Amino acid sequence: MTWETVIGLETHVELATKTKIFCSCTTAFGGAPNTHCCPVCTGMPGTLPVLNKKVLEFAVKAGLALNCSITRYSRFDRKNYFYPDLPKAYQISQLYLPIARDGAVPIRTDTGDKTIRIHELHMEEDAGKLVHDPWLEQTRADYNRCGVPLIEIVTEPDFRTAGEVIAYLEKLKEMLQYLGVSDCKMQEGSLRCDVNLSVRPLGSCELGTRTEMKNLNSFKAIARAIGYEARRQIELIEEGKRVVQETRRWDENKDASYAMRSKENAQDYRYFPEPDIPPIELSQKYLDGLRASQPELAEAKRARYQADYGLPAYDCEMITSHRALAAFFEALVELGVPPKQGANWMMGQVLGALSQRAMEPKDMKLTPSTLARLISLVGEGRLNRNTAVKVFEAVFDTNGDVDEYVAAHGLEQVNDSQLVQEICVKVLQAHPQSVSDYRGGKEKAFGFLVGQVMRALKGKANPQTVNEALRKLLDA
Amino acid sequence: MNIDTVMVDYISQLSRLELEAEEKQDMAAQLGQVIAYMDVLNKLDTDGVEPMSHVFPVKNVLREDEVLPSQDRAELLSGSPVPDEEAFLTPKAVE
Repeated sequence: MTWETVIGLETHVELATKTKIFCSCTTAFGGAPNTHCCPVCTGMPGTLPVLNKKVLEFAVKAGLALNCSITRYSRFDRKNYFYPDLPKAYQISQLYLPIARDGAVPIRTDTGDKTIRIHELHMEEDAGKLVHDPWLEQTRADYNRCGVPLIEIVTEPDFRTAGEVIAYLEKLKEMLQYLGVSDCKMQEGSLRCDVNLSVRPLGSCELGTRTEMKNLNSFKAIARAIGYEARRQIELIEEGKRVVQETRRWDENKDASYAMRSKENAQDYRYFPEPDIPPIELSQKYLDGLRASQPELAEAKRARYQADYGLPAYDCEMITSHRALAAFFEALVELGVPPKQGANWMMGQVLGALSQRAMEPKDMKLTPSTLARLISLVGEGRLNRNTAVKVFEAVFDTNGDVDEYVAAHGLEQVNDSQLVQEICVKVLQAHPQSVSDYRGGKEKAFGFLVGQVMRALKGKANPQTVNEALRKLLDA
Repeated sequence: MNIDTVMVDYISQLSRLELEAEEKQDMAAQLGQVIAYMDVLNKLDTDGVEPMSHVFPVKNVLREDEVLPSQDRAELLSGSPVPDEEAFLTPKAVE
Protein backbone atom coordinates (compact mmCIF):
# COMPACT_ATOMS: atom_id res chain seq x y z
CA MET A 1 0.00 0.00 0.00
CA THR A 2 1.16 3.53 -0.66
CA TRP A 3 1.04 5.81 2.37
CA GLU A 4 0.68 9.54 2.60
CA THR A 5 2.18 11.58 5.45
CA VAL A 6 0.08 14.46 6.78
CA ILE A 7 1.84 17.13 8.83
CA GLY A 8 0.78 20.26 10.68
CA LEU A 9 3.17 22.59 12.49
CA GLU A 10 3.05 24.60 15.67
CA THR A 11 5.88 27.10 15.67
CA HIS A 12 6.83 29.17 18.69
CA VAL A 13 8.69 32.35 17.88
CA GLU A 14 10.31 34.52 20.49
CA LEU A 15 9.64 38.19 19.81
CA ALA A 16 12.54 40.65 19.61
CA THR A 17 11.21 43.03 22.26
CA LYS A 18 13.44 44.59 24.88
CA THR A 19 11.20 43.55 27.76
CA LYS A 20 9.01 40.61 28.73
CA ILE A 21 5.38 40.34 27.73
CA PHE A 22 3.82 41.37 31.06
CA CYS A 23 6.62 43.08 33.01
CA SER A 24 9.63 45.36 32.43
CA CYS A 25 12.37 42.74 32.96
CA THR A 26 14.90 42.40 30.14
CA THR A 27 14.59 39.59 27.58
CA ALA A 28 18.38 39.46 27.04
CA PHE A 29 19.64 35.93 26.33
CA GLY A 30 21.81 34.31 28.99
CA GLY A 31 22.37 36.06 32.29
CA ALA A 32 22.96 34.40 35.66
CA PRO A 33 19.93 32.36 36.84
CA ASN A 34 16.99 34.42 38.14
CA THR A 35 18.63 37.81 37.55
CA HIS A 36 16.09 38.88 34.88
CA CYS A 37 13.14 38.40 37.17
CA CYS A 38 10.65 40.35 39.26
CA PRO A 39 7.53 39.59 41.31
CA VAL A 40 5.35 39.60 38.15
CA CYS A 41 7.29 37.02 36.12
CA THR A 42 7.94 34.81 39.16
CA GLY A 43 4.21 34.72 39.88
CA MET A 44 4.22 36.36 43.28
CA PRO A 45 0.73 36.77 44.74
CA GLY A 46 -0.93 40.15 44.26
CA THR A 47 1.06 41.24 41.22
CA LEU A 48 -0.60 42.63 38.10
CA PRO A 49 0.69 41.78 34.61
CA VAL A 50 0.45 44.57 32.00
CA LEU A 51 0.74 43.82 28.28
CA ASN A 52 3.79 45.14 26.38
CA LYS A 53 2.65 47.43 23.52
CA LYS A 54 5.43 46.13 21.26
CA VAL A 55 4.30 42.52 21.66
CA LEU A 56 0.87 43.41 20.31
CA GLU A 57 2.43 45.36 17.44
CA PHE A 58 4.81 42.52 16.49
CA ALA A 59 2.04 39.92 16.64
CA VAL A 60 -0.18 42.01 14.35
CA LYS A 61 2.71 42.66 11.94
CA ALA A 62 3.44 38.92 11.75
CA GLY A 63 -0.28 38.21 11.25
CA LEU A 64 -0.48 40.70 8.39
CA ALA A 65 2.61 39.25 6.70
CA LEU A 66 1.07 35.76 6.94
CA ASN A 67 -2.07 37.08 5.19
CA CYS A 68 -4.20 36.48 8.27
CA SER A 69 -7.34 38.31 9.22
CA ILE A 70 -6.60 40.30 12.37
CA THR A 71 -8.99 39.87 15.28
CA ARG A 72 -10.31 43.36 16.06
CA TYR A 73 -11.51 42.33 19.51
CA SER A 74 -8.98 39.99 21.07
CA ARG A 75 -8.47 38.60 24.55
CA PHE A 76 -6.13 36.54 26.72
CA ASP A 77 -7.00 33.27 28.42
CA ARG A 78 -5.57 31.34 31.32
CA LYS A 79 -4.15 27.89 30.59
CA ASN A 80 -3.95 26.09 33.91
CA TYR A 81 -1.30 23.54 34.68
CA PHE A 82 0.90 22.69 37.60
CA TYR A 83 4.48 22.39 36.53
CA PRO A 84 7.28 24.41 38.11
CA ASP A 85 8.45 25.93 34.80
CA LEU A 86 5.53 28.36 35.22
CA PRO A 87 5.41 29.66 38.78
CA LYS A 88 1.87 31.09 38.49
CA ALA A 89 0.57 27.53 37.83
CA TYR A 90 -0.95 28.88 34.62
CA GLN A 91 0.25 30.35 31.36
CA ILE A 92 -1.34 33.50 29.99
CA SER A 93 -2.15 32.59 26.38
CA GLN A 94 -4.95 33.07 23.85
CA LEU A 95 -7.46 30.33 23.06
CA TYR A 96 -10.87 31.76 22.23
CA LEU A 97 -9.97 34.98 20.42
CA PRO A 98 -6.40 34.71 19.04
CA ILE A 99 -4.97 37.91 17.57
CA ALA A 100 -4.86 36.53 13.99
CA ARG A 101 -6.57 33.73 12.05
CA ASP A 102 -7.01 32.20 8.60
CA GLY A 103 -3.74 33.07 6.90
CA ALA A 104 -1.90 31.61 3.92
CA VAL A 105 1.78 31.25 3.06
CA PRO A 106 2.88 30.33 -0.46
CA ILE A 107 5.91 28.03 -0.54
CA ARG A 108 8.11 26.71 -3.33
CA THR A 109 9.73 23.26 -3.35
CA ASP A 110 11.40 21.05 -5.94
CA THR A 111 8.03 19.45 -6.58
CA GLY A 112 6.20 22.72 -7.22
CA ASP A 113 4.33 25.62 -5.63
CA LYS A 114 1.86 25.22 -2.81
CA THR A 115 -0.04 27.27 -0.26
CA ILE A 116 0.11 26.42 3.43
CA ARG A 117 -2.94 27.63 5.35
CA ILE A 118 -2.40 29.28 8.73
CA HIS A 119 -5.03 28.24 11.27
CA GLU A 120 -4.17 30.90 13.83
CA LEU A 121 -1.49 33.03 15.45
CA HIS A 122 -1.64 33.87 19.13
CA MET A 123 0.41 35.64 21.81
CA GLU A 124 1.61 33.93 24.98
CA GLU A 125 4.39 33.88 27.55
CA ASP A 126 7.41 31.58 27.58
CA ALA A 127 8.15 29.30 30.54
CA GLY A 128 11.26 29.08 32.71
CA LYS A 129 14.07 26.57 32.54
CA LEU A 130 14.21 23.54 34.82
CA VAL A 131 17.46 21.72 35.52
CA HIS A 132 17.61 18.61 37.63
CA ASP A 133 20.26 18.68 40.30
CA PRO A 134 21.42 15.06 40.81
CA TRP A 135 23.23 15.92 44.07
CA LEU A 136 20.22 17.44 45.77
CA GLU A 137 17.68 15.19 44.01
CA GLN A 138 15.80 18.41 43.38
CA THR A 139 14.89 20.56 40.40
CA ARG A 140 16.38 24.02 40.02
CA ALA A 141 14.09 26.58 38.44
CA ASP A 142 15.53 29.57 36.54
CA TYR A 143 12.82 32.06 35.55
CA ASN A 144 14.89 34.34 33.26
CA ARG A 145 12.96 33.04 30.22
CA CYS A 146 9.67 33.06 32.05
CA GLY A 147 7.45 35.77 30.57
CA VAL A 148 9.51 36.27 27.41
CA PRO A 149 6.96 37.05 24.67
CA LEU A 150 6.13 34.37 22.12
CA ILE A 151 3.83 34.07 19.19
CA GLU A 152 2.61 30.60 18.33
CA ILE A 153 1.80 30.06 14.66
CA VAL A 154 -0.40 27.04 13.96
CA THR A 155 -0.78 25.71 10.41
CA GLU A 156 -3.51 23.49 8.99
CA PRO A 157 -2.36 19.90 8.26
CA ASP A 158 -1.24 20.92 4.76
CA PHE A 159 2.28 19.47 4.55
CA ARG A 160 2.97 16.13 2.88
CA THR A 161 6.80 16.01 2.95
CA ALA A 162 9.70 17.13 5.10
CA GLY A 163 10.80 19.27 2.14
CA GLU A 164 7.58 21.28 2.33
CA VAL A 165 7.99 21.74 6.07
CA ILE A 166 11.54 23.05 5.69
CA ALA A 167 10.52 25.37 2.81
CA TYR A 168 7.74 26.81 4.99
CA LEU A 169 10.04 27.28 8.00
CA GLU A 170 12.70 28.97 5.89
CA LYS A 171 10.06 31.31 4.46
CA LEU A 172 8.66 32.02 7.91
CA LYS A 173 12.11 32.71 9.31
CA GLU A 174 13.03 35.06 6.47
CA MET A 175 9.71 36.88 6.80
CA LEU A 176 9.93 37.37 10.55
CA GLN A 177 13.55 38.49 10.33
CA TYR A 178 12.68 41.07 7.67
CA LEU A 179 9.79 42.32 9.79
CA GLY A 180 12.22 42.71 12.69
CA VAL A 181 9.76 40.72 14.78
CA SER A 182 12.21 37.99 15.80
CA ASP A 183 15.82 37.01 15.23
CA CYS A 184 14.65 33.38 14.78
CA LYS A 185 17.82 31.80 16.18
CA MET A 186 17.02 28.11 16.51
CA GLN A 187 20.20 27.46 18.50
CA GLU A 188 19.06 29.98 21.15
CA GLY A 189 15.52 28.64 21.05
CA SER A 190 13.93 31.75 19.58
CA LEU A 191 12.30 29.60 16.88
CA ARG A 192 10.94 26.25 18.05
CA CYS A 193 8.78 23.82 16.26
CA ASP A 194 6.37 21.01 17.22
CA VAL A 195 5.45 18.58 14.46
CA ASN A 196 1.99 16.95 14.37
CA LEU A 197 2.12 13.93 12.10
CA SER A 198 -0.19 11.16 10.96
CA VAL A 199 -0.24 8.74 8.02
CA ARG A 200 -3.09 7.48 5.82
CA PRO A 201 -3.49 5.42 2.66
CA LEU A 202 -2.83 7.63 -0.35
CA GLY A 203 -6.12 8.94 -1.68
CA SER A 204 -7.93 8.71 1.65
CA CYS A 205 -9.59 11.90 2.93
CA GLU A 206 -9.74 10.91 6.58
CA LEU A 207 -6.94 11.86 8.95
CA GLY A 208 -5.12 9.11 10.84
CA THR A 209 -4.27 9.25 14.54
CA ARG A 210 -1.55 11.84 15.03
CA THR A 211 1.39 12.19 17.34
CA GLU A 212 3.08 15.40 18.38
CA MET A 213 6.86 15.63 18.35
CA LYS A 214 8.74 18.11 20.51
CA ASN A 215 12.33 19.12 21.12
CA LEU A 216 13.25 19.73 17.48
CA ASN A 217 16.13 22.18 17.54
CA SER A 218 17.31 22.37 13.95
CA PHE A 219 15.98 22.02 10.41
CA LYS A 220 18.02 18.85 10.13
CA ALA A 221 16.43 17.39 13.26
CA ILE A 222 12.95 18.27 11.93
CA ALA A 223 13.58 16.51 8.61
CA ARG A 224 15.00 13.40 10.32
CA ALA A 225 12.23 13.26 12.91
CA ILE A 226 9.55 13.44 10.20
CA GLY A 227 11.14 10.55 8.30
CA TYR A 228 11.48 8.49 11.48
CA GLU A 229 7.94 9.10 12.75
CA ALA A 230 6.27 8.41 9.39
CA ARG A 231 8.14 5.08 9.12
CA ARG A 232 7.27 4.17 12.72
CA GLN A 233 3.55 4.79 12.19
CA ILE A 234 3.44 2.93 8.86
CA GLU A 235 5.20 -0.07 10.40
CA LEU A 236 2.75 -0.11 13.33
CA ILE A 237 -0.26 -0.10 11.01
CA GLU A 238 1.21 -2.68 8.66
CA GLU A 239 1.83 -4.96 11.66
CA GLY A 240 -1.85 -4.59 12.51
CA LYS A 241 -1.20 -2.35 15.52
CA ARG A 242 -2.63 1.03 16.35
CA VAL A 243 -0.98 4.47 16.49
CA VAL A 244 -1.48 5.96 19.95
CA GLN A 245 -2.15 9.68 20.19
CA GLU A 246 0.72 10.94 22.31
CA THR A 247 3.49 13.47 22.67
CA ARG A 248 6.92 12.22 21.68
CA ARG A 249 10.31 13.67 22.40
CA TRP A 250 12.97 13.67 19.67
CA ASP A 251 16.41 12.53 20.81
CA GLU A 252 18.90 13.95 18.35
CA ASN A 253 21.82 11.84 19.60
CA LYS A 254 19.90 8.58 19.26
CA ASP A 255 18.13 9.64 16.07
CA ALA A 256 14.83 8.37 17.45
CA SER A 257 11.75 9.65 19.26
CA TYR A 258 10.31 8.43 22.56
CA ALA A 259 6.84 8.71 24.04
CA MET A 260 6.75 11.13 26.94
CA ARG A 261 5.32 9.79 30.20
CA SER A 262 1.56 9.78 30.35
CA LYS A 263 1.74 12.21 33.28
CA GLU A 264 3.28 14.79 30.97
CA ASN A 265 0.65 13.88 28.43
CA ALA A 266 -2.31 14.64 30.68
CA GLN A 267 -3.98 17.60 29.08
CA ASP A 268 -6.81 19.30 30.88
CA TYR A 269 -5.92 22.94 30.90
CA ARG A 270 -9.31 24.29 32.06
CA TYR A 271 -8.93 27.47 30.03
CA PHE A 272 -10.90 30.53 31.08
CA PRO A 273 -10.72 34.24 30.20
CA GLU A 274 -7.73 35.91 31.85
CA PRO A 275 -9.15 38.40 34.36
CA ASP A 276 -5.88 40.35 34.84
CA ILE A 277 -5.53 41.46 31.20
CA PRO A 278 -8.36 43.62 29.83
CA PRO A 279 -9.42 42.87 26.26
CA ILE A 280 -7.68 44.38 23.24
CA GLU A 281 -9.68 46.35 20.73
CA LEU A 282 -7.82 47.42 17.59
CA SER A 283 -8.95 50.48 15.68
CA GLN A 284 -8.96 50.68 11.90
CA LYS A 285 -6.46 53.53 12.20
CA TYR A 286 -4.08 51.36 14.21
CA LEU A 287 -4.28 48.53 11.68
CA ASP A 288 -3.90 50.90 8.70
CA GLY A 289 -0.84 52.43 10.36
CA LEU A 290 0.83 49.05 10.86
CA ARG A 291 -0.10 47.92 7.36
CA ALA A 292 1.50 51.05 5.89
CA SER A 293 4.68 50.55 7.93
CA GLN A 294 5.20 46.93 6.82
CA PRO A 295 8.65 46.71 5.19
CA GLU A 296 9.17 45.26 1.73
CA LEU A 297 9.81 41.54 2.27
CA ALA A 298 12.58 39.48 0.67
CA GLU A 299 10.39 37.96 -2.01
CA ALA A 300 9.18 41.36 -3.24
CA LYS A 301 12.76 42.64 -3.21
CA ARG A 302 13.99 39.73 -5.31
CA ALA A 303 11.29 40.33 -7.89
CA ARG A 304 12.08 44.06 -7.98
CA TYR A 305 15.86 43.58 -8.32
CA GLN A 306 15.27 41.24 -11.25
CA ALA A 307 12.72 43.43 -12.99
CA ASP A 308 14.21 46.89 -12.34
CA TYR A 309 17.93 46.15 -12.24
CA GLY A 310 18.14 43.06 -14.42
CA LEU A 311 20.12 41.16 -11.79
CA PRO A 312 20.46 37.36 -12.10
CA ALA A 313 18.13 35.33 -9.87
CA TYR A 314 21.05 33.86 -7.93
CA ASP A 315 22.48 37.30 -7.09
CA CYS A 316 19.04 38.46 -5.92
CA GLU A 317 18.75 35.39 -3.73
CA MET A 318 22.14 36.01 -2.11
CA ILE A 319 21.69 39.73 -1.59
CA THR A 320 18.28 39.30 0.02
CA SER A 321 19.41 36.38 2.19
CA HIS A 322 19.83 38.87 5.04
CA ARG A 323 17.88 42.04 5.64
CA ALA A 324 21.14 43.89 6.41
CA LEU A 325 22.70 42.87 3.07
CA ALA A 326 19.64 44.00 1.08
CA ALA A 327 19.64 47.31 2.96
CA PHE A 328 23.36 47.72 2.19
CA PHE A 329 22.80 47.06 -1.50
CA GLU A 330 19.86 49.45 -1.69
CA ALA A 331 21.92 52.15 0.02
CA LEU A 332 24.65 51.68 -2.64
CA VAL A 333 22.09 52.18 -5.40
CA GLU A 334 20.68 55.18 -3.56
CA LEU A 335 24.21 56.66 -3.52
CA GLY A 336 24.33 56.45 -7.31
CA VAL A 337 26.20 53.17 -7.79
CA PRO A 338 24.96 51.40 -10.95
CA PRO A 339 22.93 48.38 -9.62
CA LYS A 340 24.88 45.78 -11.60
CA GLN A 341 28.23 47.10 -10.35
CA GLY A 342 26.85 47.29 -6.83
CA ALA A 343 25.63 43.71 -7.06
CA ASN A 344 29.02 42.53 -8.38
CA TRP A 345 30.79 44.07 -5.43
CA MET A 346 28.23 42.56 -3.05
CA MET A 347 28.55 39.09 -4.57
CA GLY A 348 32.33 39.13 -4.96
CA GLN A 349 33.84 41.19 -2.19
CA VAL A 350 31.23 41.80 0.52
CA LEU A 351 29.93 38.22 0.77
CA GLY A 352 33.48 36.88 0.45
CA ALA A 353 34.82 39.09 3.22
CA LEU A 354 31.89 38.18 5.49
CA SER A 355 32.22 34.45 4.99
CA GLN A 356 36.01 34.63 5.45
CA ARG A 357 35.42 36.24 8.83
CA ALA A 358 32.32 34.15 9.67
CA MET A 359 30.65 37.49 10.32
CA GLU A 360 26.94 38.33 10.35
CA PRO A 361 26.05 41.03 7.79
CA LYS A 362 24.48 43.18 10.47
CA ASP A 363 27.80 43.32 12.36
CA MET A 364 29.70 44.69 9.36
CA LYS A 365 31.59 47.95 10.02
CA LEU A 366 31.96 48.91 6.36
CA THR A 367 29.33 51.45 5.35
CA PRO A 368 27.62 51.74 1.96
CA SER A 369 29.09 55.23 1.45
CA THR A 370 32.64 53.91 1.84
CA LEU A 371 32.07 51.19 -0.75
CA ALA A 372 30.22 53.63 -3.02
CA ARG A 373 33.25 55.94 -2.91
CA LEU A 374 35.56 53.06 -3.81
CA ILE A 375 33.35 52.03 -6.71
CA SER A 376 33.21 55.59 -8.00
CA LEU A 377 37.03 55.83 -7.94
CA VAL A 378 37.11 52.81 -10.25
CA GLY A 379 34.44 54.40 -12.44
CA GLU A 380 36.43 57.62 -12.71
CA GLY A 381 39.49 55.65 -13.76
CA ARG A 382 41.45 56.67 -10.71
CA LEU A 383 41.81 53.10 -9.39
CA ASN A 384 42.02 49.93 -11.40
CA ARG A 385 39.78 47.07 -10.34
CA ASN A 386 42.57 44.91 -8.87
CA THR A 387 43.91 47.74 -6.74
CA ALA A 388 40.35 48.60 -5.66
CA VAL A 389 39.89 45.06 -4.33
CA LYS A 390 43.07 45.50 -2.28
CA VAL A 391 41.75 48.81 -0.92
CA PHE A 392 38.44 47.07 -0.10
CA GLU A 393 40.24 44.44 1.97
CA ALA A 394 42.20 47.17 3.75
CA VAL A 395 39.19 49.27 4.75
CA PHE A 396 36.60 46.48 5.30
CA ASP A 397 37.22 45.85 9.00
CA THR A 398 37.55 49.47 10.07
CA ASN A 399 35.45 51.32 7.49
CA GLY A 400 38.65 53.32 6.82
CA ASP A 401 38.75 56.39 4.57
CA VAL A 402 39.22 55.21 0.99
CA ASP A 403 40.75 58.44 -0.33
CA GLU A 404 43.19 58.65 2.54
CA TYR A 405 44.26 55.04 2.06
CA VAL A 406 44.77 55.47 -1.68
CA ALA A 407 46.80 58.66 -1.16
CA ALA A 408 48.89 57.24 1.69
CA HIS A 409 49.83 54.15 -0.33
CA GLY A 410 50.23 55.92 -3.66
CA LEU A 411 47.70 53.63 -5.36
CA GLU A 412 46.13 56.04 -7.74
CA GLN A 413 45.96 54.64 -11.23
CA VAL A 414 48.58 55.79 -13.72
CA ASN A 415 46.68 57.24 -16.64
CA ASP A 416 49.65 59.23 -17.90
CA SER A 417 49.87 57.77 -21.41
CA GLN A 418 53.26 59.40 -21.93
CA LEU A 419 54.66 57.51 -18.96
CA VAL A 420 52.97 54.26 -19.97
CA GLN A 421 54.38 54.67 -23.50
CA GLU A 422 57.93 55.09 -22.15
CA ILE A 423 57.67 52.00 -19.95
CA CYS A 424 56.28 49.96 -22.83
CA VAL A 425 59.19 50.89 -25.03
CA LYS A 426 61.63 49.85 -22.29
CA VAL A 427 59.87 46.53 -21.71
CA LEU A 428 59.92 45.69 -25.43
CA GLN A 429 63.62 46.47 -25.60
CA ALA A 430 64.30 44.23 -22.59
CA HIS A 431 62.34 41.24 -24.01
CA PRO A 432 63.18 40.88 -27.73
CA GLN A 433 62.34 37.13 -27.63
CA SER A 434 58.74 37.78 -26.52
CA VAL A 435 58.39 40.48 -29.14
CA SER A 436 59.35 38.10 -31.93
CA ASP A 437 57.16 35.35 -30.41
CA TYR A 438 54.21 37.73 -30.50
CA ARG A 439 54.92 38.79 -34.06
CA GLY A 440 55.23 35.09 -34.90
CA GLY A 441 51.60 34.66 -33.79
CA LYS A 442 52.01 33.64 -30.14
CA GLU A 443 49.28 35.65 -28.37
CA LYS A 444 50.51 34.33 -25.03
CA ALA A 445 53.60 36.48 -25.32
CA PHE A 446 51.39 39.56 -25.27
CA GLY A 447 50.05 38.72 -21.81
CA PHE A 448 53.60 38.33 -20.57
CA LEU A 449 54.54 41.77 -21.88
CA VAL A 450 51.44 43.38 -20.28
CA GLY A 451 52.44 41.78 -17.00
CA GLN A 452 55.95 43.24 -17.26
CA VAL A 453 54.58 46.74 -17.86
CA MET A 454 52.12 46.44 -14.96
CA ARG A 455 54.96 45.26 -12.74
CA ALA A 456 57.12 48.22 -13.68
CA LEU A 457 54.21 50.49 -12.78
CA LYS A 458 53.51 48.62 -9.51
CA GLY A 459 50.13 47.41 -10.74
CA LYS A 460 48.68 50.90 -10.80
CA ALA A 461 48.42 51.35 -14.55
CA ASN A 462 45.13 51.44 -16.33
CA PRO A 463 45.10 48.04 -18.08
CA GLN A 464 43.26 49.53 -21.03
CA THR A 465 45.96 52.15 -21.60
CA VAL A 466 48.72 49.53 -21.35
CA ASN A 467 46.98 47.22 -23.83
CA GLU A 468 46.50 49.96 -26.36
CA ALA A 469 50.05 51.31 -26.07
CA LEU A 470 51.62 47.84 -26.44
CA ARG A 471 49.50 46.83 -29.39
CA LYS A 472 50.32 50.07 -31.13
CA LEU A 473 54.07 49.54 -30.66
CA LEU A 474 54.03 45.84 -31.55
CA ASP A 475 51.73 46.06 -34.53
CA ALA A 476 53.50 49.12 -35.93
CA MET B 1 -24.38 17.66 36.77
CA ASN B 2 -23.48 15.50 39.74
CA ILE B 3 -20.08 15.77 41.42
CA ASP B 4 -18.94 12.42 42.80
CA THR B 5 -15.71 11.53 44.59
CA VAL B 6 -14.20 10.29 41.31
CA MET B 7 -14.58 13.80 39.91
CA VAL B 8 -13.19 15.29 43.13
CA ASP B 9 -10.19 12.95 42.84
CA TYR B 10 -9.55 14.14 39.30
CA ILE B 11 -9.85 17.84 40.16
CA SER B 12 -7.64 17.51 43.23
CA GLN B 13 -5.04 15.69 41.14
CA LEU B 14 -5.03 18.52 38.58
CA SER B 15 -4.68 21.01 41.43
CA ARG B 16 -2.02 18.96 43.23
CA LEU B 17 -4.13 18.87 46.39
CA GLU B 18 -4.15 15.87 48.70
CA LEU B 19 -7.54 15.35 50.36
CA GLU B 20 -8.62 13.00 53.12
CA ALA B 21 -11.60 10.73 52.46
CA GLU B 22 -13.81 12.91 54.65
CA GLU B 23 -12.68 16.10 52.89
CA LYS B 24 -13.49 14.53 49.55
CA GLN B 25 -17.09 13.97 50.69
CA ASP B 26 -17.31 17.63 51.82
CA MET B 27 -15.81 18.84 48.56
CA ALA B 28 -18.18 16.76 46.47
CA ALA B 29 -21.12 18.30 48.29
CA GLN B 30 -19.80 21.87 48.06
CA LEU B 31 -18.80 21.63 44.39
CA GLY B 32 -22.20 20.06 43.74
CA GLN B 33 -23.84 23.20 45.12
CA VAL B 34 -21.68 25.44 42.93
CA ILE B 35 -22.62 23.45 39.85
CA ALA B 36 -26.28 23.46 40.87
CA TYR B 37 -26.15 27.26 40.97
CA MET B 38 -24.80 27.23 37.39
CA ASP B 39 -27.89 25.26 36.47
CA VAL B 40 -29.98 28.10 37.92
CA LEU B 41 -28.02 30.65 35.87
CA ASN B 42 -28.41 28.49 32.78
CA LYS B 43 -32.18 28.87 33.03
CA LEU B 44 -31.82 32.57 32.20
CA ASP B 45 -32.63 33.47 28.62
CA THR B 46 -29.33 34.87 27.28
CA ASP B 47 -30.24 34.87 23.60
CA GLY B 48 -28.80 37.96 21.97
CA VAL B 49 -26.63 38.83 24.98
CA GLU B 50 -22.91 39.31 24.23
CA PRO B 51 -20.74 37.03 26.37
CA MET B 52 -18.72 39.16 28.79
CA SER B 53 -15.31 38.27 30.19
CA HIS B 54 -14.59 41.45 32.14
CA VAL B 55 -16.89 43.37 34.43
CA PHE B 56 -15.33 46.81 33.97
CA PRO B 57 -15.37 48.71 30.67
CA VAL B 58 -11.58 48.79 30.48
CA LYS B 59 -9.63 47.84 27.38
CA ASN B 60 -6.18 48.23 25.79
CA VAL B 61 -4.16 48.57 28.99
CA LEU B 62 -0.62 48.57 27.61
CA ARG B 63 2.87 49.56 28.69
CA GLU B 64 5.89 50.84 26.74
CA ASP B 65 8.68 48.37 25.90
CA GLU B 66 11.23 49.93 28.27
CA VAL B 67 13.55 47.91 30.48
CA LEU B 68 13.43 48.58 34.22
CA PRO B 69 15.84 46.98 36.70
CA SER B 70 14.80 43.48 37.76
CA GLN B 71 14.51 42.58 41.41
CA ASP B 72 17.58 41.82 43.48
CA ARG B 73 18.02 38.05 43.31
CA ALA B 74 18.65 37.47 47.02
CA GLU B 75 15.50 39.43 47.80
CA LEU B 76 13.52 37.56 45.14
CA LEU B 77 14.61 34.17 46.48
CA SER B 78 14.17 35.11 50.14
CA GLY B 79 10.62 33.79 50.31
CA SER B 80 11.61 30.44 48.87
CA PRO B 81 11.02 27.49 51.26
CA VAL B 82 14.35 25.83 50.36
CA PRO B 83 17.21 28.33 50.54
CA ASP B 84 19.57 28.56 47.55
CA GLU B 85 21.72 31.38 46.18
CA GLU B 86 20.73 31.05 42.52
CA ALA B 87 17.52 29.18 41.95
CA PHE B 88 14.12 28.22 43.24
CA LEU B 89 14.28 24.57 44.28
CA THR B 90 11.36 22.24 43.80
CA PRO B 91 10.84 18.51 44.26
CA LYS B 92 12.19 16.53 41.31
CA ALA B 93 10.17 17.54 38.26
CA VAL B 94 12.37 16.55 35.33
CA GLU B 95 13.84 13.19 34.40
